[in-house]
Amino acid sequence: MKVLLSWLNEFGPFADPTDNDAVEAVAADLTALGLAVEETIAIGSPVEGVVSARVLRVEQHPDAAKVRRVWVDAGDGDERHVWCGASNMSAGDVVPLATLGTTMPNGMTIERRGILGIDSEGMLCSAVELGVGEDHSGILLLNSDAGLGVSYAQVLGIEPDIVFDLDLTRNRPDCWSIEGVARDLAAWRSQPLAKVGEGSAMSGEARTVPVSIADPACGRFTVTVISGVRVGPSPEWMARRLEALGMRAINNVVDVSNYVMLELGQPNHAYDLSTIGGGFSVRMARNGETLTTLDDVERSCTVDDLLICDGNDVPVGLGGVMGGADSEISDSTTEVVLEIAWFAPLGIMKTASRHGLRSEASARYERGVDPALADRAVQRFAELLSLTCPDLVVHAGGADERSSGMPELVRSVGVRISEVNRILGTDLVAADLPGLLDPIGFTVTANADDVAVTLPSWRPDSTSEIDVIEEIARHHGYGRLGRSVPKPTGHGHLSQAQIRRRLLRNVLVGLGISEAMPNPIVAPDTMARAGIEGDTLRILNPLVADESALRLSLRPGLLTSLAHNEHHRRTGVSLFEIGKVYPPSGDGLPDEHEVLCVMLAGQDAHAAVAAWRQISQALGVGAMIDQSTVPGGMHGTRSAVLRAGRDVIGAIGEIAPEVLESFEVTERVAVIEVRIDGMLSGRGGSRAYRPISRMPSSDLDLAFVLSDDVSADRLERALRQGTSSLLVDLNLFDTYRGPGVPEGHRSLAWRLRLQASDRNLTDADIADVKSACEAAAKKLGAELRS
Amino acid sequence: MTNDITAAIETALQRVSDAASLDEIDAVSGETLGKKGVLGGLKASLANIDDIEERKAVGRSLNEGFASVSAAIDERRQELIAIRRASQVAGERLDLTEAMDTASRGHLHLVTQAWQELEDVFVGLGFTVAEGPEVETDWHNFEALNMSEGHPARGEFDTLFIGHDEHEDAGDSGLLLRTHTSPVQIRTMLTSEPPIYIVAPGRVFRRDTPDATHMPVFHQIEGLVVDRDISMADLAGTIEAFTQAFFGEGFTSRLRPSYFPFTEPSAEFDIRRPDGSWLELGGCGMVHPEVLRAGGVDPEEWSGFAFGFGIDRMAVMRHGITDIRDMYVNDIRFIEQF
Repeated sequence: MKVLLSWLNEFGPFADPTDNDAVEAVAADLTALGLAVEETIAIGSPVEGVVSARVLRVEQHPDAAKVRRVWVDAGDGDERHVWCGASNMSAGDVVPLATLGTTMPNGMTIERRGILGIDSEGMLCSAVELGVGEDHSGILLLNSDAGLGVSYAQVLGIEPDIVFDLDLTRNRPDCWSIEGVARDLAAWRSQPLAKVGEGSAMSGEARTVPVSIADPACGRFTVTVISGVRVGPSPEWMARRLEALGMRAINNVVDVSNYVMLELGQPNHAYDLSTIGGGFSVRMARNGETLTTLDDVERSCTVDDLLICDGNDVPVGLGGVMGGADSEISDSTTEVVLEIAWFAPLGIMKTASRHGLRSEASARYERGVDPALADRAVQRFAELLSLTCPDLVVHAGGADERSSGMPELVRSVGVRISEVNRILGTDLVAADLPGLLDPIGFTVTANADDVAVTLPSWRPDSTSEIDVIEEIARHHGYGRLGRSVPKPTGHGHLSQAQIRRRLLRNVLVGLGISEAMPNPIVAPDTMARAGIEGDTLRILNPLVADESALRLSLRPGLLTSLAHNEHHRRTGVSLFEIGKVYPPSGDGLPDEHEVLCVMLAGQDAHAAVAAWRQISQALGVGAMIDQSTVPGGMHGTRSAVLRAGRDVIGAIGEIAPEVLESFEVTERVAVIEVRIDGMLSGRGGSRAYRPISRMPSSDLDLAFVLSDDVSADRLERALRQGTSSLLVDLNLFDTYRGPGVPEGHRSLAWRLRLQASDRNLTDADIADVKSACEAAAKKLGAELRS
Repeated sequence: MTNDITAAIETALQRVSDAASLDEIDAVSGETLGKKGVLGGLKASLANIDDIEERKAVGRSLNEGFASVSAAIDERRQELIAIRRASQVAGERLDLTEAMDTASRGHLHLVTQAWQELEDVFVGLGFTVAEGPEVETDWHNFEALNMSEGHPARGEFDTLFIGHDEHEDAGDSGLLLRTHTSPVQIRTMLTSEPPIYIVAPGRVFRRDTPDATHMPVFHQIEGLVVDRDISMADLAGTIEAFTQAFFGEGFTSRLRPSYFPFTEPSAEFDIRRPDGSWLELGGCGMVHPEVLRAGGVDPEEWSGFAFGFGIDRMAVMRHGITDIRDMYVNDIRFIEQF
């Protein structure tokens, strides 16, 4: 929302637009009030060197159809020759001439420049080139009575001004007007607020047209008949204000209508009385009913659109959004009927968004217009239009139709001073409240500890005690609130799971693996491409189709990341992610849970197992590597599921070659993917101390020939169980396939470190362990190799 | 005999100083000081001297000789040990800068780094850390936060709505991807009794086209305090304490009025850098009475404040990252920088 400082000053005054410090102070005050100033834009600073000049004669160039030679007089007696591409000027016109050396707003400097062999001694300017309007169809024509050689700005009456671009919050519909912003600012500065639109302009005989409201979406519909209208241009100052705030000046009637909307926040519409069939009805549209709006677009309506219809039930406006083209004010209009209505915000919001049509009117209605503003708006409209229509007659007796949808005009709420102080941490007393609230229209009507506050009709967002407390806080000043730090009764800490999640990340980083964060939202076929089965949750309104499914696995994201790195010649990358997956679970919330995925590019399944051992050891959790099941999307002979008890909690091994190909990864990829919610919530306490034996230890190397059908870890578990308490460590240190070992078998060599806690080992001890191991291995069909 | 002794000592000392290895010095030691050594032999012949005085005198000079040779041997041995060490060390020379990079460390994601640091600051201020689901119900994400169906503020959240694969028209599943971490406020109030002092960091989602400063998937941290007589002064003081703890000395904060449906009064909080410039950081306010009620908390007995801001932006600001999307490409050349 943009507001103009000179316009605010009519309610103030607040600051001289040329006084930078004063302008900055206004911006700071607006921000302190919650009307955040996004940008402060200085306008109306004239382009130096552009002066008025009279056109003496115009010649068509004989060889170039599109350029004209123009001779001008800038009042200094020299006859200047300029080339010009426009053709809208003729001898006698006064036009803006950019003299040599002028720097235009677009940065171009006017230099002596030859075209077709003849120099140009300046440039004639359009409104756009000078930043004073949007018309670029021709040269800007100045008032022909203007003196020559004077700044065009002086001729146009342009004065320096400031536009504040405000970022308004939803709860401040009142500030979609100059008056609303000025009201807050004046209250903050303890200045009086000038009033506009007071009194009555009703001057003529009573005239009206009948109005009926068929739907409560329209709460109020007033009409005022105005005669003696002479359509013509608006005063320069009015046109310039409208243009400064982004509206085009059209004619005096439309401009006054817009001016009142910008100034008071009341959208309104002036119809040519002769075009409306003698009355209005306000009703919901029928499906497919059409209306051509002022922007010349034919709109097809639905039963949720509110229509303003004329006396013949023909739509003449899309209620609260835009008027129709057929009842537009024309040059021959002499009598108008002014509509000022109140519409329910939600309906306007839906209609505006359905038609993709956000007008200045709909922007205000969808936020909430003051339902009590009609009389003042009529008065202001008449005052301003009479400036250009001296014979204007405003007829009394206009219809003021209301429906059940009309908001309460008088509302009040009780406010406890104790509650004010509890919420704000202040020491205010009831007597402080009128000074803070009355200037913004919240009238304090009783002065006890529990006061009653009448709420202004322009603040539909304010309905309860806490709303009033917010107003008290704003006008007391957020910056004046105290600062204290509450004392929590407990102590701050991370949960065990959060601590263990950090431990997990640290272990991974220590293993040389870096953290990635791929998008959890994937394309619909991504999971299938990664070999992962199952229904996914879908996004119903995705921005792009490629991001419309919620992942079931972290693997696709990391594979995509590895492919990206490989593509940039970074092979052998190790990445991990800790993130959520979202498998559906009935109709309610999904079975959302946290998963760790590790990918080691260029490494084989053994690397994944080695990493997993570090992780599980650090977290003190175990899982069985069960190679009898191949997880989806994993390598057929180099992968396993991870089991905690009977539950499958993850997969380990290598990515299937066809999946790698689909994700355009050429390296082998070792992977761990494991659900971690159980791991994190598991045992997190301190571990018990095991005394270190002071006795000498002894090593025993044992090699077994084992069938490929039996996994090494089964034999290892058997060795652990089979040996006595003397075993302190057990490590697989060699595997061998080849001559000396039968086909389909391999030799696996373990080193056992043996030690007693209280004595030296004897040869007999070692022999016992060896034979126990041999016996345990035999049960798995493993033979001790000698 | 005295002459014999003198000559023997001189010869022994000469041999000691000529010894070029530890083996030689050991040999000299045996051949000189040992029982069958030269001086040892002379010691044995002391018995042949009859005159007691002369025998004492010769014995004394023989002992002195023993001592001086023995000391010379020790000294020479130490010298030779030092020479051998020096030559070993000289032979082991390595140019340390020839080392080839074999070990590489992993790196935490920048968002994780900022996330953990923020958690630590708030833990230091007495908060615990709460978590909640990323797929949420409409009730937790909007309704309970004072945004009932049709509330205009809902439109500003650009929500991604969720349906199930199997129903094509699953528009009313009531599920969505949470647009903010605020639903954790509701979940916390519903599952625990005040006093509540929590922060809730987490991933949030918006229907937003990625650009240099926006991602549709990003991270926020939310704070909620509910206790007796919590006021807006407590909010301002907590924001200030956080500002100094996280950003450091010389940074201060301010609150300015704003609007959120779930807090009232609402505020934006800005951080003032030491150079005097302001940075908009996040939103905050006193928890709206309706929100407390939705969380099963009596607003007449308890009051509270809440605040929230983006984690990604913290990382972006701290490291001068010019395009936020770079944090999510997972390019190792980016990750390794931090």
